[in-house]
Amino acid sequence: MSADTQQRTIRCLVAKVGLDGHDRGAHVISRALRDAGFEVIYSGLHRSPEEIVQAAVQEDVDVLGISILSGAHNTLVPKVVDGLREYGAFKDTLLLVGGIIPEEDEADLREMGVAEVFGPGTSTDEMVGFIRENVPER
Amino acid sequence: MTALVDRLLAGEHRALARVISKIEDRAEGYRDIVAALHEHTGDADVIGITGSPGAGKSTLVDKMAAAYRERGLSVGVIAIDPSSPYSGGAVLGDRIRMGSTVGDMDVFVRSMSARGSLGGLSTATTDAVRALDAFGKDKVIIETVGAGQNEVDIVRTADTVAVLVPPASGDDVQMLKAGILEIADVFAVNKADLDGADRTVQQLREMLREATVPTGHHGVDVLDGDSENDREEAENWEPPIVETVANRGEGVAEFLDALADHAAYLDRSGEREAVERQRYAEEIRTLLRTDLQDALDAEIQRRGGIDELARRVAARETDPYTVADELLAPIESCLDEESATR
Repeated sequence: MSADTQQRTIRCLVAKVGLDGHDRGAHVISRALRDAGFEVIYSGLHRSPEEIVQAAVQEDVDVLGISILSGAHNTLVPKVVDGLREYGAFKDTLLLVGGIIPEEDEADLREMGVAEVFGPGTSTDEMVGFIRENVPER
Repeated sequence: MTALVDRLLAGEHRALARVISKIEDRAEGYRDIVAALHEHTGDADVIGITGSPGAGKSTLVDKMAAAYRERGLSVGVIAIDPSSPYSGGAVLGDRIRMGSTVGDMDVFVRSMSARGSLGGLSTATTDAVRALDAFGKDKVIIETVGAGQNEVDIVRTADTVAVLVPPASGDDVQMLKAGILEIADVFAVNKADLDGADRTVQQLREMLREATVPTGHHGVDVLDGDSENDREEAENWEPPIVETVANRGEGVAEFLDALADHAAYLDRSGEREAVERQRYAEEIRTLLRTDLQDALDAEIQRRGGIDELARRVAARETDPYTVADELLAPIESCLDEESATR
């Protein structure tokens, strides 16, 4: 007999990948997610795809949000996706990309397995709502 | 469920990560998982690191992990951060400072937050340590902010506890008086390159002397000069003070040596087993308390909820003792029956 109260908390990793020092957006997002009651792990700047994969796997995050403003998304995102697959973490991690992503690249990113691309002007409420609706069942 | 345990024991990182999530979430079946893991534990050396915010805990833990990896040991880290009492959310930032071992999956870093129920955190931490131990980690490091009883409780589950003190801050030494002095097996004065480090070391030494001489459990014998008798008694551990500059890696080797000395002392003196038994006794009590509490909460719910009971007491229809007796009666009669049939 156990009446343990379950307390599932949504965990997110907000990640900056590659040579891109613009982290204002990532900070704002981290705080918004925290204020929504999520647990947020912020990667810090200039992380390699391997570091992001390691953190996402070990922290068992529900959501991985990658912020890229450098234009290198087409090379960096696939590396993260491959890494997640390698550790069996791809299918139950909601993968989001934010930053400056040209419209014509969005379809490719979705094809790779990115659930949504959030560009400039996205409200934080919109993002929180999307996460709540699409967080993977476990 | 057993599949998950098997995958963890087989060394699958994702399974270990998921088990810790289930422990944190109190997800259905987590108790069975932890129960199944227990027999595979007992090999890891568990080290607790605590100290005031900004003392350099994460940086030191990072350097420790790197040093252990150089010696071929695998490492698990549980970094605990506070959560917001308002939203329940948290930004867990310890990971940022752990850059020395990136890309090395044999260093498993997990960030945890208090999630409102503070008592639950020490249970969750103990269970997460168990998962890392069963996974086969040689060293498990628990990192907490050293403020408040809960943090102290958590860090006490470690075999060896190190307290980090930044220099030149009388306040920090003051803080040590509030109960953290007693739990330290090793002190590290970090940022020892800053002004005031020497003074901090001195202050610490002073405080330790004050703490050990009059209150040591056979302090009176010492005063009597009965040194013969004294020597025959079990040796006492005196916490060493190590100076470190964690961000440059200075003093880390000496710090690890001090931790190893303490581990050797635990084995030599038989303290390890004594402490372990005490810890398990405490854990059983805690589990029973929370389980019984949950069972009683359910019973209270069946009787109209705590507010209704409180209303009746306030209206002088009944009194708190009678209410408590009524709620406990079924449990007590069950236990009486059990012991009668035995």
